[in-house]
Amino acid sequence: MNDNAITLLEAVNLALARAMADDPDVVLLGEDIGTNGGVFRATAGLQERFGERRVIDTPLAETMIAGLSVGMATQGMRPVAEIQFMGFIFPAFEHLVAHAARMRARTRGRLSCPMVLRAPFGGGIHAPEHHSESTEALLAHIPGLRVVIPSSPARAYGLLLAAIRCDDPVIFLEPKRIYRASKTLIEDNGQALPLDTCFTLREGSDITLISWGAMISETLDAADRLAAEGVSCEVIDVATLNPIDHATLVASVSKTGRCVIIHEAPRHGGMGAEIAATLGEQARAALLAPPCRVTGHDTLMPYYRNEQLYLPDTDDIVTAVKATMEYVE
Amino acid sequence: MHEISYRGEIRLTRYLDESGAPLGDMPDWACGEQPWVHYYQQMVLARQFDTKAISLQRTGQLGTYASLLGAEAIDVVCASRMQTEDVLVPYYRNHAMQMIRGTPIARLLQYWGGDERGSSAPEMQHDLPNAVPIATQCLHACGVATALKLRQQHQAVLTVIGDGGTSKGDFMEALNVAGAWQLPVVFVINNNQWAISVPRSKQCIAPTLAQKALGAGIRGEQVDGNDAIALHDVVGQALERARAGKGPTLIEALSYRLSDHTTADDATRYRSADELKAAWARDPVARLRHWLHQQGHWDEAREQAWQAETKQLIEAAVADYLALPAQPVDDLYDHLYAECPPTLAVQREQARAKQARHEQGGSGHE
Repeated sequence: MNDNAITLLEAVNLALARAMADDPDVVLLGEDIGTNGGVFRATAGLQERFGERRVIDTPLAETMIAGLSVGMATQGMRPVAEIQFMGFIFPAFEHLVAHAARMRARTRGRLSCPMVLRAPFGGGIHAPEHHSESTEALLAHIPGLRVVIPSSPARAYGLLLAAIRCDDPVIFLEPKRIYRASKTLIEDNGQALPLDTCFTLREGSDITLISWGAMISETLDAADRLAAEGVSCEVIDVATLNPIDHATLVASVSKTGRCVIIHEAPRHGGMGAEIAATLGEQARAALLAPPCRVTGHDTLMPYYRNEQLYLPDTDDIVTAVKATMEYVE
Repeated sequence: MHEISYRGEIRLTRYLDESGAPLGDMPDWACGEQPWVHYYQQMVLARQFDTKAISLQRTGQLGTYASLLGAEAIDVVCASRMQTEDVLVPYYRNHAMQMIRGTPIARLLQYWGGDERGSSAPEMQHDLPNAVPIATQCLHACGVATALKLRQQHQAVLTVIGDGGTSKGDFMEALNVAGAWQLPVVFVINNNQWAISVPRSKQCIAPTLAQKALGAGIRGEQVDGNDAIALHDVVGQALERARAGKGPTLIEALSYRLSDHTTADDATRYRSADELKAAWARDPVARLRHWLHQQGHWDEAREQAWQAETKQLIEAAVADYLALPAQPVDDLYDHLYAECPPTLAVQREQARAKQARHEQGGSGHE
């Protein structure tokens, strides 16, 4: 492995540093992000480099972090705020839903809200209660917000740069289970990735596997196993949950005729339902089997002793793919 | 053994009694004709706007409207003490503040008439649109103040909140961060004694709301919110301190909501006629008029002339408002994101088709 290869977590740090170096209006704020460099170390070294005025340790108040970011953003600054864990994002909701998402529309573009709210999310790291949930669907439901989830170091770097440069409010959810899972060589070239497209990670002809975030790892593993058994899987990382790139998903399923949607979040009202419904509407003629979902259950996220029972795994995906492949009208 | 770790006090500033007579020797700065005549004229304009807005609502030409009746002095003096480059973060009762800061009256009516373009006037510059959820504006004000401070712009932010809003966490979090970071922000509580139907006495047991500042380590004080001279003094000093980098201030302006909460409310269900009558005796507009009369700065002829001029101004604005062209249906889709996403563009097409059907007098059904 190349010594210069970096993890997803380090890619977040690299993108933050790059954005701050490029634009003096980019300011980081959050709990423990300064001296401590963040509880996951996402902002390590940045206060040292950019100073206390641009990497700001806030009082412990998530409502305040969100509200302050809205106010800063209306004046043309680009605050990048960290909510320490997604489980603590709820006090920020009123500001996201009632203000950030609406600022541009309700002033007809006189003001906008170019803020980013970053939060680590998802299970699988044996964290305490409230530290492992995946509530992206709650956010993706809100018109005016962008919801972006990277699944690799390269996409973390490119999508975070895009999120910071974007003139809309962006919720950037970081799959913490894969923060340090793999390393990739990334050139710090300041190149952002598009926020309006899915990423096709693997092309295939029999079935489309659709996922995002940490579950991309299991999804790719499943595709490998299935390939050995002669099933050709196309794997798509949705990456931008709202606004979502329906066109790529519809085109892929129109080609393969089958799909399995995989997410860690609970099934009911989840993004899988939205995607399945869209495919039902727009790829109906091509469908050889009903869209299938592999998801977390509609329970609480269990405490860590049972979290592996909750999280979908590679076997779950392989089983769902085989059932979908064998489906007969 | 015990010792006292902290002891605080809250000052109340007032210069005029209820009748507009001086409570003591008036400071020199209070004795000229200006800015008091200007303030008075703006307060009359605010009241006429309010009366007109309510009558437009009652006749189906405006949506639900939140009256500012009784808060004219607070609104007019706060806005007048602000500089153009200061930033206003208003809540939904600050019509006169917005008017004074340059928003055309027709635009204000447009907002309450259900048209988002009422928040998009270029005259509003960097001011925020009305905050309707309670107390959230206090945190936005802190965010704006943070931006000003980081950019080393020596301007101030002013935000207004009702007495009910001070019960909310956002308000306390805002005071806290404003203190911790010494932000250039002035929080004004329009303590009009009623949060819809819940009286001030049921919001909080503390004898003053201003003392909530003490918990955040910032300056807190009360002012008679119906006394334009006292407001001029207290708000002006707070704004100057903010601009000079001397930190935030919480000002509790004691006033009274002479109106219903909004046009959808009926305050006779929960408060007595006697209480309202007593509050009218403290009316800020009449109080300042009495003071001006007493000082020889105002008379009946000027009063009648100004009332007539104001009436014309408002009527012209109402005519402008009623003549505004319909909003293009595309606006709703085109301004949600910086660029309209493809999924939304599909819905925009559907909306255009629906609008076309409506314009053709169709029922909306295929």
